[in-house]
Amino acid sequence: MNKTISIWDKQIISQALGDAFRKLNPRTMMKNPVMFVVEIGAVLVTIQLLRSLILPTETTNLLFETQITLWLWFTVLFANFAEAMAEGRGKAQADTLRKAKTETTANLLKENGETEIVGANTLKKGDVVIVSAGEFIPGDGEIIEGVASVDESAITGESAPVIRESGGDRSAVTGGTRVLSDQIKVRITANAGESFIDKMIALVEGAERQKTPNEIALNILLCGLTIIFLLAVVTLQPFAVYSNAPQTNFVLISLLICLIPTTIGGLLSAIGIAGMDRLVQHNVLAMSGRAVEAAGDVNTLLLDKTGTITLGNRQAAEFIPFAGVEETTLADAAQLSSLADETPEGRSIVVLAKEKYGLRGREINELGAGHEFVPFTAQTRMSGLNFNGREIRKGAVDAIEKYVANGNGYKASPELRETVERIAKMGGTPLVVADNRKPLGVIYLKDIVKGGMKERFDQLRAMGIKTVMITGDNPLTAASIAKEAGVDDFLAEATPEDKMALIKREQADGKLVAMTGDGTNDAPALAQADVGVAMNTGTQAAKEAGNMVDLDSNPTKLIEIVAIGKQLLMTRGALTTFSIANDVAKYFAIIPAMFLVAFPQLQALNIMNLKSPESAILSAVIFNALVIIALIPLALRGVKYKPMTASKLLQRNLLIYGVGGLIVPFVGIKLIDLIITVLGFA
Amino acid sequence: MNTFGWLQIVIYLVVLGLLTKPVGIYLTKVYGGEKTFLDFIMRPVENLIYKLTGVDAKAEMNWKTYGIAMLFFSLVSSLAVYAIQRLQGFLPLNPQDFSAPSEHLSFNTAVSFVTNTNWQSYGGEATMSYFTQMSALTVQNFVSAAVGMSLAIAFIRGIARFETQNLGNFWVDLVRGTLYVLLPLSLIFALFFVSQGVVQNFKAYDTANLVEAQTIEKDGEKQIVETQTIAQGATASQLSIKMLGTNGGGFFNANSAHPFENPTPFSNFIQMLLILIIPAGFTCTLGRMTRSQGHGWAVFGAMMILLIVGIVIAAQAESSANPLYPAAVNQSVGNMEGKETRFGIANSVLFAAVTTGASCGAVNAMHDSFTPIGGMVPLVNILLGEVIFGGVGAGMYGILIFIILTVFIAGLMVGRTPEYLGKKIEAYDVQMAMLYALIFPLIILGLTAVSVMMPETGLNSLYNQGAHGLSEILYAFTSATGNNGSAFAGLNANTVWYNSALGFAMLFGRFFMIIPVLAIAGNLAQKKYVPPSTGTFPVNTPLFTVLLIGIIIIVGALTFFPVLSLGGIVEHLQMLDGKTF
Repeated sequence: MNKTISIWDKQIISQALGDAFRKLNPRTMMKNPVMFVVEIGAVLVTIQLLRSLILPTETTNLLFETQITLWLWFTVLFANFAEAMAEGRGKAQADTLRKAKTETTANLLKENGETEIVGANTLKKGDVVIVSAGEFIPGDGEIIEGVASVDESAITGESAPVIRESGGDRSAVTGGTRVLSDQIKVRITANAGESFIDKMIALVEGAERQKTPNEIALNILLCGLTIIFLLAVVTLQPFAVYSNAPQTNFVLISLLICLIPTTIGGLLSAIGIAGMDRLVQHNVLAMSGRAVEAAGDVNTLLLDKTGTITLGNRQAAEFIPFAGVEETTLADAAQLSSLADETPEGRSIVVLAKEKYGLRGREINELGAGHEFVPFTAQTRMSGLNFNGREIRKGAVDAIEKYVANGNGYKASPELRETVERIAKMGGTPLVVADNRKPLGVIYLKDIVKGGMKERFDQLRAMGIKTVMITGDNPLTAASIAKEAGVDDFLAEATPEDKMALIKREQADGKLVAMTGDGTNDAPALAQADVGVAMNTGTQAAKEAGNMVDLDSNPTKLIEIVAIGKQLLMTRGALTTFSIANDVAKYFAIIPAMFLVAFPQLQALNIMNLKSPESAILSAVIFNALVIIALIPLALRGVKYKPMTASKLLQRNLLIYGVGGLIVPFVGIKLIDLIITVLGFA
Repeated sequence: MNTFGWLQIVIYLVVLGLLTKPVGIYLTKVYGGEKTFLDFIMRPVENLIYKLTGVDAKAEMNWKTYGIAMLFFSLVSSLAVYAIQRLQGFLPLNPQDFSAPSEHLSFNTAVSFVTNTNWQSYGGEATMSYFTQMSALTVQNFVSAAVGMSLAIAFIRGIARFETQNLGNFWVDLVRGTLYVLLPLSLIFALFFVSQGVVQNFKAYDTANLVEAQTIEKDGEKQIVETQTIAQGATASQLSIKMLGTNGGGFFNANSAHPFENPTPFSNFIQMLLILIIPAGFTCTLGRMTRSQGHGWAVFGAMMILLIVGIVIAAQAESSANPLYPAAVNQSVGNMEGKETRFGIANSVLFAAVTTGASCGAVNAMHDSFTPIGGMVPLVNILLGEVIFGGVGAGMYGILIFIILTVFIAGLMVGRTPEYLGKKIEAYDVQMAMLYALIFPLIILGLTAVSVMMPETGLNSLYNQGAHGLSEILYAFTSATGNNGSAFAGLNANTVWYNSALGFAMLFGRFFMIIPVLAIAGNLAQKKYVPPSTGTFPVNTPLFTVLLIGIIIIVGALTFFPVLSLGGIVEHLQMLDGKTF
């Protein structure tokens, strides 16, 4: 998927320009009360302007009136343009998704066992289809039979194929992905048009976008402010008449439009759409905007150890021989036992033996005839090699113990127990190596904590977010890794029930919890969590339970999701503050201008020294319109976000958007005044 | 203003600061139902009241029940005050044989005292009998203040409690506030005021011979006046609660400028202190009840800074000479027009700032005679929503609304949805807070605009034209809506239009604003606890204080800046330009 779309993408801009005009439809505008007021104002001044054109009076100033009318319309259009831009970017993302949804046919399996070729768009929930190598999977579903490698690059952008098989946690397939090998039987889980991709497209395009709770509250605030300013302006005329300085409608409406929070009002929905869009750019799909907001509020992050905190694989770090055993003997046996072991752990044992003890990795054919590999099975839980009459095994402590005892009631030596426990305490996994049923020593497999995680957890802590590591390891191992990684807490030997209980406990304390999961047994916890991110590789149940899906299936992304949520809220707050702070300067531009004729003394309030009343009012109106355009990139990208404490964030944002909001319009209005004066517009 | 003037202001502020904590702790105890040192005498009285009225002191109320009880009590109070005035002629303790005030004046006065406004369209010593003053007006001074305090406590409970509908019991809060706080303090200070020379008697008015006969012109005929009537009455008992309950309705027309109502600089100091001790104490109560003492002090800080800014501006303005006076007039101490010489500039501007910062409304100088900027300070203090400590209770719930708006607007900037002391601030809270913020300017600007559009009924009452006249009407409606009650003067408000319009302004300014307040309190109380962390918007830092001030000023100033620019601001600029009306 195309990850980033330039803000200046020509196609999006030209589309948005058209949409800006289409959105002038009052029925559309009414959804945004602040801008609707601006539109009504624009209509009113247009009518006034027409009257001035037909029946000009002595006081008619056509140049001024025409410009005011035009700029008020521009104000509405700019706000519409901002929204259209955000939607356009969403649509561009959706188009990429839609490409995955090429029209396909399906081999529908009928009850009598025959297959029939039907259009994918006729499939219903519960239908069973057969998909063979090279074919597209016609709809979202679950594999009920078979195993296949599937190319999911259309959705994830990841070119490496993934394995999907019936049963277990890797049974879900997504419509629009392509089977590369083998044949599978799939039960369709979504009606045509309701599939995962369809939902995603609708959400990304903003068609199904509903206002989030915070957005609704903010809208109420903005409407309230609009009514207050409407009141201030409507009552100003009687006071002006009393003071023998009646005002024209052009001036009063200009004042109103400048005072009501048009900046945030015009950009609010764009900010919301852009927030969803930023998630999509991170290959995360949120099922609702509410989930994005909740992400900003998260107090507790449940992070799976494997893949999130540690590299997925353990690596051999040390060979610890028992008394009377040479270290090289152990290393040699360990290497031999792992020669055929293709797991990353096995590879790392071979590599360690080579690097530390100079034992060249022997090729299998060097061993000569008569050798036999013993693969790992769930029953023996050991792997190894038989050759030259030697039986070399490696495996978990209890498995080796059982193997060594061979029914003779052997008990592990205290030395073995001690070593094993010590390794567990350090967060490692011990593997015991035995040669001809004689334990030689222990391989210390270490969990490698990903680089930079400690810093990230420190940042999260500064933001007041608690991190909890979830692992199936025993408490000793878990504690050690938790300490090394710098998480606040851990849940060891975690079962899905434990996870659920932890979430409920945190929520009972009023905390919001975020987690990732992929298995069917994660589904209840994903549903319970405030932000549940399902991995795309996970089961259909997991995806439906969560409120976000990570197409990359990267659990670390939870941290980014929280950051995007916070950024969305911060952008809203920053632009609201900026918008309200702007009003101070606009007052200083417009109020003296309105009453300068009646009270020449008010020139003292004209601190920007604007040229004339007309140029002052016009400059304020122009600034008010242009600032919307100027802030579109900020609204779409979001304000800059660095993790830090709330106090510091507040201080920083207040300085930039609060104090900046006070100062910028003074400078801006003065500049515009200079320009329009030079150009002779006022 | 000289060093002594500034020193008096500083001493006042320091003493106020020192009293805040003990008063706050005591209020917390009283409203928490805890033991106080007055239990030995007040407990039996309290229990007797519950027994007689059949109040179940243990029953808790939700916000609607609480509100209905409050409204019912206020309605009965208004009817009683109205009836006593209308029946004044038949009632005892009326040595001057005053007849009943007119219907519209009685309505205005009843509303005025029940709403804790104490706007006075009448002159006390020329209109009201001792019986009316004591049984109707003074009683309301106590209970209207207790109502305000109850509402503030209910709001604080709404913040401090979680997952409940209960905001306390209105009747219990009303009774305890009166018995444990207002009555004992009033008693002590009434005695103190008597010691300073404030009158306290039931005597008929005295007549004194003037040292020098005065000639006045009345209806075109010259008259020689040789005697003066000296008003008397039960002043001290009404005076202490007038201040303590931020009521402000003077026993005499001249209010605290009258020598019998405010004889000495010491009595003046104590009067100013009484105005603010309860409102200031509430900030500490807020901190204690919500287990966030730092927040209480942050709010105190915001109120204190706004108060000081107002005092400094007014002091500067009043210390400067009025350029319109001829050079022969000695103005070395500043603008002394309308001020008592025993108080001087410092104590006049301090009193003006304090009485308008709190919604007291007692005056010891003529705000109308202040310089345009000096006179704008009291006006702006009220326009900011009566939150510079504000009325007893009313100031607290007023600033809580601003706090909610501050938390909502700025809270987003820390990247979390807004939260306040462990509660999420959501759409309903914002809606009610905006309703509160909207009603205030709606009444003030609406009624002022209507008044200036009516040359006969509106403008004929004015003694001044131009910008100053606009300020006079604006001040009247601001004072009424803000439940302040101080008058700018220069406006004859005892007309059918002004008595009625101001009466409605007081009613709506009190009760229409209380309803959203209680609705928020009820909604907050139901919310679940959201534990604070380092990621939570801090409400106990100096930065929060600054933010709160910013929101108060921006919301207040942005709404009223246009009309102020046609009033005080342009008047000031015209004064500098040498223009008069």
